[in-house]
Amino acid sequence: MKSLEELKALRDKMKSQTDNRAVAGTDETVIKVGMATCGIAAGARPVLTALLDEAEKRQLHNVSISQTGCIGLCRLEPIVEVFRDGQKYTYVLMTPEKARRMIVEHVVNGNPCQEYLIGEN
Amino acid sequence: MRELALNILDIAENSLAAGAKLIGISLTADFDEDRMEIGITDDGCGMDKDTLARVTDPFTTSRTTRSVGMGLPLFKFSAESAGGRFHIESEKGKGTSVTAEYRISHIDRMPLGDFGGVVLQLVTMNQGVDFRVAVKVGKAEGVLDTREVREILGDVPLDAPEIRAFLRDYIQENLVSIYGGRL
Ligand SMILES: Nc1ncnc2c1ncn2[C@@H]1O[C@H](COP(=O)(O)OP(=O)(O)O)[C@@H](O)[C@H]1O
Ligand code: FES
Ligand SMILES: [Mg+2]
Repeated sequence: MKSLEELKALRDKMKSQTDNRAVAGTDETVIKVGMATCGIAAGARPVLTALLDEAEKRQLHNVSISQTGCIGLCRLEPIVEVFRDGQKYTYVLMTPEKARRMIVEHVVNGNPCQEYLIGEN
Repeated sequence: MRELALNILDIAENSLAAGAKLIGISLTADFDEDRMEIGITDDGCGMDKDTLARVTDPFTTSRTTRSVGMGLPLFKFSAESAGGRFHIESEKGKGTSVTAEYRISHIDRMPLGDFGGVVLQLVTMNQGVDFRVAVKVGKAEGVLDTREVREILGDVPLDAPEIRAFLRDYIQENLVSIYGGRL
């Protein structure tokens, strides 16, 4: 069974590695998932999990993913906001599948998924 | 909400919005008594008596984006429609404590759902906030206290991929395994 003793060993191992994750620069992408009551009820949690898993799988170090409160658009939840190149993109009615596609096309390749953005809905 | 774990997440989000520094989450079950209880306690800003009195009525919210708050009414409903009870206590400047009790076998009791996933999300995505999560079934008890975790980790963040993977297993083995698939 996992114990905090094991965590100590893991921490020591990590400290001895040089951390190359701390290089996030100006090209950072910030992603926020609305996690208010209606977001949660509409499925924001699986969307957040999909984003985290995809970012981890692709080792995206210049991406920060966090949760936020009410975005004020209940009808369009789950909502994901992406901040990149000084611009804000609001993705609405998201699903885990759409979230994974958004990571590949927008975050990795730099092409926003127009059909998921708020103006289109 | 289709899972009680999502209600727990939502109520904990209230605590985060209230500026809590320490949030306690407890899950207790007694299969002989056919009872389970969920508790969420915080040291956030609390509520005055007026707000507290109105808060389980679905037309109360302190947010300005919408006039209706549904989180607490939904949680209350989840308990009262499953042979249980709901209780909330709050003191301005001190904190808030919310408890919901259920009859485990009640036909309208929602399943607990992905409690482990919710705990992982809460502890890894709120860097400045500590959580003490306790699961108790009979004599078996499991605890995750992020204050202990942080003390070991020093400046390594809880959301580092290796640590997140460790915590996922830790939560599974020390918290979820206590109730198994029974809730
Ligand atoms: N833990 C808490 N600490 C302080 N205030 C709270 C807490 N939980 C709820 N409240 C107050 O009760 C209101 C209603 O909560 P809720 O039913 O979850 O709806 P919402 O969070 O969408 O406003 C909140 O807006 C807040 O003012
Ligand atoms: S209440 Fe629905 S998005 Fe905030
Ligand atoms: Mg709420």
